[in-house]
Amino acid sequence: MNWTLALPEIVLALCGLAILVFGVVQKKGQPFLACSMLTIGAFVLTAFLVVMSPDGIGYNHIFVNDSFARFMKILSLAGGALATMLTVGYARELKVERFEFPVLLLFSTLGTMMMASSGNLMTLFIGLELSSLAIYILCAFARDDVRGAEAGLKYFVLGSLASGLLLYGSALVYGFAGTMEYGAIQTALSATSAVPMGLMIGIVFMLAGLTFKLSAVPFHMWTPDVYQGAPTPVTAFMAGAPKIAAFALLLRVMAGPFGHVAPQWQILVEAIAIVSMVFGSLAAIPQTDIKRLMAYSSIGHMGYALMGLSAGTEEGMRGTLVYLTTYLLMNVGAFAVIIAMRRKGRAVTGIADLAGLGRTDPGLATAMAIFMFSMAGAPPLAGFFGKLMVFYAAINAHLFGLAAVGVVSSVIGAYYYVRIIKVMFFDEATAPLDRRPLSLSFVSVGMGVATVGFLVVLGPVSTAAQAAAQALFR
Amino acid sequence: MMTQIVFYVFATVLVLSAGTVVSARNPVHSVLFLILAFFNAAGLFLVAGAEFLAMILVIVYVGAVAVLFLFVVMMLDVRFAQMREGLQRYAPFGAAVGLVLLAELALAFSHWQVAQDIGSVPHVVAAPGRTNTAALGDVLYTHYIFLFESCGLVLLVAMIGAIVLTLRERPMGRRQNIDRQHERTVTDTLAMMTVPLGQGVAANGGFRRPEESYYIASVPGSYGVTADPVPQGKPVEGPLKHGADNHGGLAQ
Repeated sequence: MNWTLALPEIVLALCGLAILVFGVVQKKGQPFLACSMLTIGAFVLTAFLVVMSPDGIGYNHIFVNDSFARFMKILSLAGGALATMLTVGYARELKVERFEFPVLLLFSTLGTMMMASSGNLMTLFIGLELSSLAIYILCAFARDDVRGAEAGLKYFVLGSLASGLLLYGSALVYGFAGTMEYGAIQTALSATSAVPMGLMIGIVFMLAGLTFKLSAVPFHMWTPDVYQGAPTPVTAFMAGAPKIAAFALLLRVMAGPFGHVAPQWQILVEAIAIVSMVFGSLAAIPQTDIKRLMAYSSIGHMGYALMGLSAGTEEGMRGTLVYLTTYLLMNVGAFAVIIAMRRKGRAVTGIADLAGLGRTDPGLATAMAIFMFSMAGAPPLAGFFGKLMVFYAAINAHLFGLAAVGVVSSVIGAYYYVRIIKVMFFDEATAPLDRRPLSLSFVSVGMGVATVGFLVVLGPVSTAAQAAAQALFR
Repeated sequence: MMTQIVFYVFATVLVLSAGTVVSARNPVHSVLFLILAFFNAAGLFLVAGAEFLAMILVIVYVGAVAVLFLFVVMMLDVRFAQMREGLQRYAPFGAAVGLVLLAELALAFSHWQVAQDIGSVPHVVAAPGRTNTAALGDVLYTHYIFLFESCGLVLLVAMIGAIVLTLRERPMGRRQNIDRQHERTVTDTLAMMTVPLGQGVAANGGFRRPEESYYIASVPGSYGVTADPVPQGKPVEGPLKHGADNHGGLAQ
């Protein structure tokens, strides 16, 4: 058995256990900061191991490592590390200053890594549960906060339902193929010409369960409430790593085992992409709370990313991967700014609270403007290239309707992104925001630079994404 | 023939008790019927030759889940009558959803089809003569070790969650300093007096206990104890001295 294949996961899990023990032993001191730093260290170490890890299939076809898995794992690890960094500055004010917080973030990220490497429906489910369970807890982590508790409970109940759907779909697929291993399912499917009804229902149920985790329409209802209620660093994390991992699963399952029945599910994914894009841009317009706005914006972004999958080609998958990379950068950056929105020691989340930020805090306002322009898809920022690649793939796959809807909805979406910029730079200034800790400035500057200079790394990123997409179709 | 009779007995009781779970007015009765249903399902597994699943069902569902239900039903003040109020109104809607689901299931299973070469799919085959529990054990720790350990992590996360979300430091709680409690001896809590004959205890100050023996083992900050019970400067006699040195930092 080639157990070293999962070395990054094993090391990360052991680090998690060690940090947990460290936190418990240190209880009398203030272990939060030390544990957070150790967690970031563990993420960096694991990322290094991921880059070094060899290709292969191990653990009796349960675990797959290829360039696709590595790409997704690096993204998830980056999401986890950035979310931990976002927490450090305001942990006490957010009432999450307990050492379990970084440990749970670590285990959630571990779950997303397992999802990216799944070679079997069972790995898929257990990885998904590990990552989701930790997030349910993180949502309700500030336990005296009614909204946080509501967010945690709501996400837990609906998430369990989605897991149930996913499991039911897996059971139907297993009933058809007699195996849960991706390779064997693919072989079984390639032998049949007509797709039996039971299998089709199974695939649809699995798609429903996975798109719930993506918060794509029509499984998006939980998103605004949970995003608003959860502590902001948790929201930043939720919008990053778990969605990337859910995409990893979706791409791997749909392109791999179900690749032979692509015409059956492609139309479904296309429909989900269209309604997500349209709903995401229309429903965000009347929002006054910036966290809710980000929730609707993330629904829209998932629609664009799904566009690449519905093309069903290697090019489309590459587009989706690049899109997710850019989304991670600008999303974390935007959330760093949202966390920094505090006035007289209280968090403010209204869009109106940003008024006049351009005069009171030009640095922060510029960073936010960069992220908003990037999300709207203005060239030459990162978001533009992600959108460009998925549109290009959709047009090459002759999905003209899909591409047209994408263009129209991104124009509509630009309205509310630009409105934020207008509020920041042209509205009457209100009281200035509190001084922000260094970690937030660091993250927002880092993400801002990455968003602006994405053109420089576009080549390497799209080469890596190309290799990852090729691995999917091998 | 015998197996069939056993099957029908278990199956009938299972279906009837499952129905009663839903229809019983008293929630405690519901839980008890749920336990009966679990036992009968376990019986069905036994008939099918899956003794491991049968035992797991009894241990996990009856032993843990159903008992937990019972606790919750009895401890929480859940107003079941109030919860039932909407029943009349939502019943038609619920029935419609149920019917649609039933129709979909019928559609899925009426034309059920398996893959053509399903027989050639590699399966784990139990060694001849192994019971099904032993065979499960064989693969669980070898083939599926990765998944097994991952499940362990899922349970760990659940445990961390339960602690994080519910454990509160209670300043009014009476907690013990376990080390001190273990180290304390008779002399710490009991003063031996020699009482002259005929004078009685009262003449010697009544019953006496060293003052600190009441709280010597409690953690500072817990109920009624403001500072460390064994102050820094005060010499402590006997085995306690050791403990006091170790925990002097607790006073903060």
